[in-house]
Amino acid sequence: MITSPLNEVVEKETAAAKPKCLRCCVAAGCLSSGSLAVKQSLQASVTEAGLQDEVHVKGVGCMGLCSQGPLVQADPDKVLYTGVTAESAPTIVSALQGAKVDLPTTDLNHPFFTLQRPIVLENSGRIDPERIEEYLVANGYQALYAAVRDMTPKDVVDAITSSGLRGRGGAGYPTGLKWALVAKTPSHQKYIVCNADEGDPGAFMDRSVLESDPHRVLEGMALAGYAVGATQGFIYVRGEYPLAISRLQTAIKQARRLGVLGSQIFESGFDFKIDLRIGAGAFVCGEETALMASIEGKRGIPRVRPPYPAESGLWGQPTLINNVETFANVAPIIRNGPDWFSSIGTGKSKGTKVFALAGKITNTGLIEVPMGTPLSTIVEVMGGGTPDGSAIKAVQTGGPSGGCIPAHKLDTPVDYESLASIGSIMGSGGMIVMDADNNMVDVARYFMEFCMEESCGKCIPCRAGTVQIHRILTKIHEGKAGQEDIETLEQLCEMVKSASLCGLGQSAPNPVLSTLRYFREDYTALLPKASEVTV
Amino acid sequence: MAVKTLTIDGTLVTAQAESTVFDAAHEAGIFIPSLCRLEGVTTTGSCRLCLVEIEGSNRLMPSCILKVDEGMQVRTDTPRLREYRKMIVELLFAERNHTCAVCVANHNCELQDLAKSVGIDHVRYEYTFPKAEVDITHERFGVDHNRCVLCTRCVRVCDEVEGAHTWDISGRGTNSRVITDMNQPWGDAQSCTSCGKCVQACPTGALFKQGSTVAEMQKDRTQLEFIVTAREKKQWIG
Repeated sequence: MITSPLNEVVEKETAAAKPKCLRCCVAAGCLSSGSLAVKQSLQASVTEAGLQDEVHVKGVGCMGLCSQGPLVQADPDKVLYTGVTAESAPTIVSALQGAKVDLPTTDLNHPFFTLQRPIVLENSGRIDPERIEEYLVANGYQALYAAVRDMTPKDVVDAITSSGLRGRGGAGYPTGLKWALVAKTPSHQKYIVCNADEGDPGAFMDRSVLESDPHRVLEGMALAGYAVGATQGFIYVRGEYPLAISRLQTAIKQARRLGVLGSQIFESGFDFKIDLRIGAGAFVCGEETALMASIEGKRGIPRVRPPYPAESGLWGQPTLINNVETFANVAPIIRNGPDWFSSIGTGKSKGTKVFALAGKITNTGLIEVPMGTPLSTIVEVMGGGTPDGSAIKAVQTGGPSGGCIPAHKLDTPVDYESLASIGSIMGSGGMIVMDADNNMVDVARYFMEFCMEESCGKCIPCRAGTVQIHRILTKIHEGKAGQEDIETLEQLCEMVKSASLCGLGQSAPNPVLSTLRYFREDYTALLPKASEVTV
Repeated sequence: MAVKTLTIDGTLVTAQAESTVFDAAHEAGIFIPSLCRLEGVTTTGSCRLCLVEIEGSNRLMPSCILKVDEGMQVRTDTPRLREYRKMIVELLFAERNHTCAVCVANHNCELQDLAKSVGIDHVRYEYTFPKAEVDITHERFGVDHNRCVLCTRCVRVCDEVEGAHTWDISGRGTNSRVITDMNQPWGDAQSCTSCGKCVQACPTGALFKQGSTVAEMQKDRTQLEFIVTAREKKQWIG
């Protein structure tokens, strides 16, 4: 155990701990189904029963099983109540006192929970995201303390490199390599940027991390700042995440108050500040060069790389840009050592990955599994398959940049290379399950419409190509297309993929190409039969 | 200054170290098409017409931005690149209402020349026929959005050479439009100095001098070049 000046806070917090605890999820999913009223009702019932010295009611982050919210977990009884309402909340308090009650609960021994391996989400659903004290009790900021006191910046970079961590934003670039690049680029000013512009339809991993455990991201960024020699960090978070923004603001304020951010952190010579920048609703601003243009106050459009941000980023200075989940992995790696991290996962993909399960799946929610877990384990065993028991037709990963994986490929392990080899991508972690009701032409058309509307318009292939691809898909959907349209579609997709300027355009055709590859019959079924064609 | 030797389409070419592949090729008499590039202003690499293949890389690179490198093997005219260029120009024709027969820039239009050079005889894609406006509120010039290819030359020349930054882009994707000031009519744009550089920079008939009729709008690019080089050579000082 490292002794840090924050131990006093930790000791005070531990001493004040109550024997029993009711953890009520106050992340966006449960909040939208009324968990704030549940929390208030729990608090009122506890006070009414005179248990306020014995029972701690606290708001926590995401507990994963979003489809069954609002969720309340009772400790130390280890009971997870589902679908709690303000009316049923008092019953939970009586259960805490030993009463036999009949409330819907969920089995914590279900594979949904037991097969998870929380690293990024280790505190999610356990600590109050609005109190730095709870993060400190959960070993928070110890990695930063250890780093600035006992490690050189190079030690930190080396630890990240040997951990084998790769970028969790989708492309899987080796994180250590990126850090080393920025560290070695000489400059009087460097920047750290956290990409929290999570825009894929159906993806909510980063939002959950920010809402459930914001300090973990701040600590990861501060460690990165120390490692590469940056003193200023920016979190670019999308405006559609008001709760994440407010929790980040709270967290930054608390961190500054306790001196874990600011000047001379832990009485070392290391200064690090973090500021928020709020996105204004453009998907393309998740692309790193567009994101940086937006931070600079310019129109959020991408530019040609190279130069990469590591060489010339924000205001032309070397800039390290990583995604939320990548930064969330940093503190545990420094705390537990790179060998611990690299022992999890597969040969080339280390650690875990957070996935947001959505679509035709029983257990909608957030999971974190070791890399290499087969897709079938995730969607069938953990996710519980489709709600009505029908067969899964496809699993879509990577959102509008990814692809549809057919049922017969579900034994594929989730790692960067395996998913790429079957025409999809790891992406940021959205996973949408589809059954026979989902026509793949419609799926492709939906994602193409998304890309068409989100194209910034700078380069012609993406701006005009997505429009034409969408038109052809619409024509096929309406049963007005011929075989030659499918050929034109394929040619256009190849061109847009190869010739577009940034990742948005380069990956926009993926949903079409992957559905053409595995579900061509969905396309051909919509072509008029030869006998129906009028000349 | 260091010099690099590279191979472009099988020909050995020498170029200054800071030179782009595009410039090196043109110096050696190898033509690479482009629409957004304009001598004297920053390059954006956005039209994607000057993409080239580099030996040992499966990524296509915009030659207007790519710097030359020793021993680099560049191919500028493969069947794949020819096909992509054709598709890109066809996409442009389908995107707005380009009707050469009634255009002021007919016979003096870079888009038209480009279409001829890449061998377009028809457009495979559905015309989208967008509703696009014509703004002739300026006393001398006009903008016809039907003919705009969004190359942003006007934006760059106005910002970087004239220093006025009257032009910019509004909207996104295919709904992008070049705008003057805060999307006011050009005639009301107070920052505009009426220098006309944007008109000379425009590759099509989108920006034109009022009073020109079909095929009369000849662009005088030498005017721009003079202004740019005169500044660089400081011919106006002392």
